[in-house]
Amino acid sequence: MPILGTVASQFSSKPFNSFESIATYTVGGGGAANIEFTSIPSTFKHLQIRGIGNVPAGATSLTVQFNSDTTNANYFYHELYGSGSGAAVALAKSGGQPLYLQYWGGLPSTSNIYGAGIIDILDYTDTNKYKTVRSLGGYDANGSGYIMFDSGLWMDTSAITSIKLAPSPNSFAQYSSFALYGIKGV
Amino acid sequence: MAAGATYEPIATASGTGSSTTITFASIPQTYTDLVIIAANIDIQIDDMGARLNQDSGSNYSRTRIVGDSSGANSYRNSNLSKVYFGYKDNTAGTQTYGILNLMNYSNSTTYKTGIARYVTHSSGYGIMAEVYLWRSTAAITRIDIDSGNANFSTNCKFTLYGIAAA
Repeated sequence: MPILGTVASQFSSKPFNSFESIATYTVGGGGAANIEFTSIPSTFKHLQIRGIGNVPAGATSLTVQFNSDTTNANYFYHELYGSGSGAAVALAKSGGQPLYLQYWGGLPSTSNIYGAGIIDILDYTDTNKYKTVRSLGGYDANGSGYIMFDSGLWMDTSAITSIKLAPSPNSFAQYSSFALYGIKGV
Repeated sequence: MAAGATYEPIATASGTGSSTTITFASIPQTYTDLVIIAANIDIQIDDMGARLNQDSGSNYSRTRIVGDSSGANSYRNSNLSKVYFGYKDNTAGTQTYGILNLMNYSNSTTYKTGIARYVTHSSGYGIMAEVYLWRSTAAITRIDIDSGNANFSTNCKFTLYGIAAA
């Protein structure tokens, strides 16, 4: 790889091997109500989901569900978000909400603009504690946008074997794409 | 089910003391995401940022949250000329660090979006996270990082990583 105007070098070897790709889903032309990673191997220490998404029509938050647990009372979250002006806002889950980690409301539905997110799921196989998640993401649409920093809690000690991502409400648009990675530990 | 190791270092670069620009060119298209880590930025910068595919037009924008001595606030900047991922650094002996995530950089269908985080310890400044947009569907093949001010010193280190999805 040529590097201009700097002292630089291309790596001739690949010294790192603790971050592995597990699975990827890219939404086709018909859209998708959700994306689900199943049969997640238990051989890693942490998981990371990286992706982009567009949701046509209306306000939408991204919900995350573990092991098909649909009981909203088992999930909690705190969020710090910015809407592009004024003070950043901190909030916590209210009422019977599910686990919300991103907000893409107002994202232009017919454009090529997609939100982005990175979600870390920590100690996902540890059966001695509830599961903790952190997330950073949002979207910018050159005149509108949100950015969110979240922590999430799933109040269950089970090892996580499946993860479902779903817009609420609406569906993922074509070309939305999410990839699941495993991070090894010692 | 796992498809193998990824998050691979592609290239590294250091400043020379005589240029305000670091360039990663001929970026391979074999990954899903790119990550750039900028470390030890000990020079006077002014919104350090990355121009993608040498596009210096007003095609970039960002929404961000900032934590500094005035509290936690949110800002938006439209029609910018680069993706910012570095703050001002005014105080001798301090450094800026930045991480730029370029998501789905090789597709030719969507505008390019991503996430940046950066920090400086100079008095009055602090931490920042942003979501950016580059209004182009082109696959990213070249990244030029510009300090916005002084020449990058030999202490300034940049590493480009590639992350490949299964």
